[in-house]
Amino acid sequence: MIDEMMIKQEVAFGEPKRKWNWRIWTGFFLALAVIPSYLLFLGRFPITRDVPWASWLMFAAAGWLLWTGLRRTVANPEVYRGRIVGPIFAVLSLGAAGLFAYATLYASRQLPAAAGAPAVGGKAPEFALADTSGRKVALSTLLSEPMAGIQAGKPRGVLLVFYRGYW
Amino acid sequence: MSELERQGVRPVAISVDSPEESAMLCKKAGYTYTFLSDPNAEVIRRYNLLHRAAGVDGKDIARPAEFLVDASGVVRWRNLTEDLRVRATPEDALKGAQLLP
Repeated sequence: MIDEMMIKQEVAFGEPKRKWNWRIWTGFFLALAVIPSYLLFLGRFPITRDVPWASWLMFAAAGWLLWTGLRRTVANPEVYRGRIVGPIFAVLSLGAAGLFAYATLYASRQLPAAAGAPAVGGKAPEFALADTSGRKVALSTLLSEPMAGIQAGKPRGVLLVFYRGYW
Repeated sequence: MSELERQGVRPVAISVDSPEESAMLCKKAGYTYTFLSDPNAEVIRRYNLLHRAAGVDGKDIARPAEFLVDASGVVRWRNLTEDLRVRATPEDALKGAQLLP
């Protein structure tokens, strides 16, 4: 308030000096940082990955900063800069939030139902596939061959982990 | 994972990756457990886990799933995630291992 009054005095005396709108800039870069920070860091821990609350908090903080920054430049364009850049940043930030929402709420759930997959109590279908050295290994072998160094005798079981592949 | 092995459970990873690609992954990440290659998604189909054209270059791959199979070949625990990002932790599989005879 005080700085607005001071600057209005400056304007009245013919020396306008508009303030840099740090809120819209900070808000924008915070919004831009959400997706990389998820990919590089937050997405590695189940607690911030499975329900990405921390990322949404970042978007909320960015939104608040952009909103308060925009309000200032719209109400007092002679005091605050960002009349043009502000709305552009706001739209781009909304786009980033939309992209994040699409990826985490829709795209990552597009999985086939696998209704016919072996159920608890059912037999695991037999198979024989090549391991990393090219040697064909059967499920029955995996269930009976003793585990190296850890347990004497047959394993209690096998955990089959089907995954998408590495790329 | 090593706790699972201590409990006598052998982890076996299966994907459409070739043995060479899996070997590279193991080397990079330091994995020592069995990695199997199912390049034509035959076994993936047998387990009803096919995810058509979902891989790089439109390749057919597996949708993620884990099955804990006991010594007689019977499934005792399984995990079919509904969200690619949410994976079962080794702790989940360990709880499943309590169900092994």
